[in-house]
Amino acid sequence: MSSSVFATSAARPHLPRLTRRKGMSVVMIALTCLAAAIAVVPLLVILGYLLKQGASALSLDFFTRMPAPVGEAGGGMANAIVGTLILIGIACAVGLPVGIGAGLYLAEQKGAKLAELVRFLADVLNGLPSIVMGIFAWQFLVRPVGHFSAIAGGVAIGAMMIPLVTRTTEEMVRTVPQSLREAALALGYPRWRTSLQIVLRTALGGIVTGVLVAVARVAGETAPLLFTAFGNQFWSTDLSQPIAALPLQIFTYAISPYDDWHAQAWAGSLVLIALVLIISLIARFATRARHGRAHD
Amino acid sequence: MTETLVLLDPGVETVPPSAVKPVLRTEELSAWFGETRAVRDVTLQMPEHEVTAIIGPSGCGKSTLLRCLNRMHETVVGARVDGHVIYHDQDIYSGDVDPIALRRHIGMVFQRPTPFPTMSIRDNVAAGLRVQSRPRPGRAEVDEIVERALRQAALWDEVKDRLGTSAINLSGGQQQRLCIARALATSPDVLLLDEPTASLDPLSTQKVEELVYELRQSMTVVIVTHNMQQAARVSDRTVFMLAGEMVETAPTRVMFTTPSDPRTEAYITGRFG
Repeated sequence: MSSSVFATSAARPHLPRLTRRKGMSVVMIALTCLAAAIAVVPLLVILGYLLKQGASALSLDFFTRMPAPVGEAGGGMANAIVGTLILIGIACAVGLPVGIGAGLYLAEQKGAKLAELVRFLADVLNGLPSIVMGIFAWQFLVRPVGHFSAIAGGVAIGAMMIPLVTRTTEEMVRTVPQSLREAALALGYPRWRTSLQIVLRTALGGIVTGVLVAVARVAGETAPLLFTAFGNQFWSTDLSQPIAALPLQIFTYAISPYDDWHAQAWAGSLVLIALVLIISLIARFATRARHGRAHD
Repeated sequence: MTETLVLLDPGVETVPPSAVKPVLRTEELSAWFGETRAVRDVTLQMPEHEVTAIIGPSGCGKSTLLRCLNRMHETVVGARVDGHVIYHDQDIYSGDVDPIALRRHIGMVFQRPTPFPTMSIRDNVAAGLRVQSRPRPGRAEVDEIVERALRQAALWDEVKDRLGTSAINLSGGQQQRLCIARALATSPDVLLLDEPTASLDPLSTQKVEELVYELRQSMTVVIVTHNMQQAARVSDRTVFMLAGEMVETAPTRVMFTTPSDPRTEAYITGRFG
């Protein structure tokens, strides 16, 4: 826009350079478009392939039936779908109070030395390979009890949620203007009530979004569940017993020698991706609703 | 500038200020941000049922002085206070005073409106009631208090039909009057106003000024402003500050007609600031 204004008003000697700049601009725009396309293509290819492979095995049975015994056709992953939801529930029960509490601490105690340490450790924890988290849960929750359990699996992925939730909570709480804290303090709110009832409530929309992103992230984790939740071919909602989970079921079926199990693994992958996608969409929707409401 | 000064008739005949008992006074008060001393040895009296205006150029420490009066200054990291602030014969900086309880008696309104975005209009006004230590008022009583506070803040007619809606949909001027209503709901003894009209349009400013003028009947008001006409319109006493020091304090009429310090005269006649 501004370049055209320049062209009309500028003297002639400037024109050749302008042409070169315009050409450069076109080249750079094309390059960035190409980079964007390369970034998106793998995702589309994966989604397309999943749809092609998984849709054929996907039916109502898949959601309502139990896995069929070897050699028998049909069957579904009802137990794994429910199991994954239960594991997410346990993970939230473990990860949210700790994550949100730690995030609130980091944001409200900016200067504290301990806060620096906690922030650093949260980042380290975030980079920890998920299988290490699984071993950790196995050591403390499986070995002493003597058997695998849903609790151990939920704790393992809940621990993975902690750093994610901590950092998003911190970011969101930091966006709450200082003037709001002062307003509450000036009304005679103690610090703890200011943090919980004013600051945290104001930041809640953003925190919910962060939590959903964290849930979507850990819902597909397989490694930490291998020797904690373990998987289960049967119906079980007992938290102290091994429990089925979609990623584990996919893993088991995918490495099996049977063709119909392979198809089921594809279908399971599709369901898992759909689950994560739905959670992400809810997160997006929640963020938009929040921005629409709080423009201050 | 000075020619346009409008001096409202205070209605009450000018009482010699020394005759009125001060609700709040400072003694040798200094306030620090780290190594910087923002307020220097201010000794000042704020008489009961009077409006005291603190004027001075930007950065002169007038807001900091105000924030020392309800112990909000110390909520900033690295801030500290020397000297005394005496509220009803009690030094608020002595060890046994709980700043949280103190702030329930000395309300404050800030420069920019700060409605709580997650709360409705009604809940915003009632917010201070939720942390009162005395028995909490019931629903009907809260509704009564909310109405009284909103009427006092000249906002009731504008919001009475939408008390349950979010407070952030109000205009800036309405939000600021809401914040004043919120501060009034707990019936404070002293109200501190930190440039309450700085972000308001002229009409909202007028409403707030009228309110401040009326409030003196029920409480003691301290208002920080860098609008001298505003100080002249609403206050009984004026304090002029410069570079952290209190240059002069006098009844507002005296201050704006015959200031005793040449610096005060220079400031109010518009030669600097």
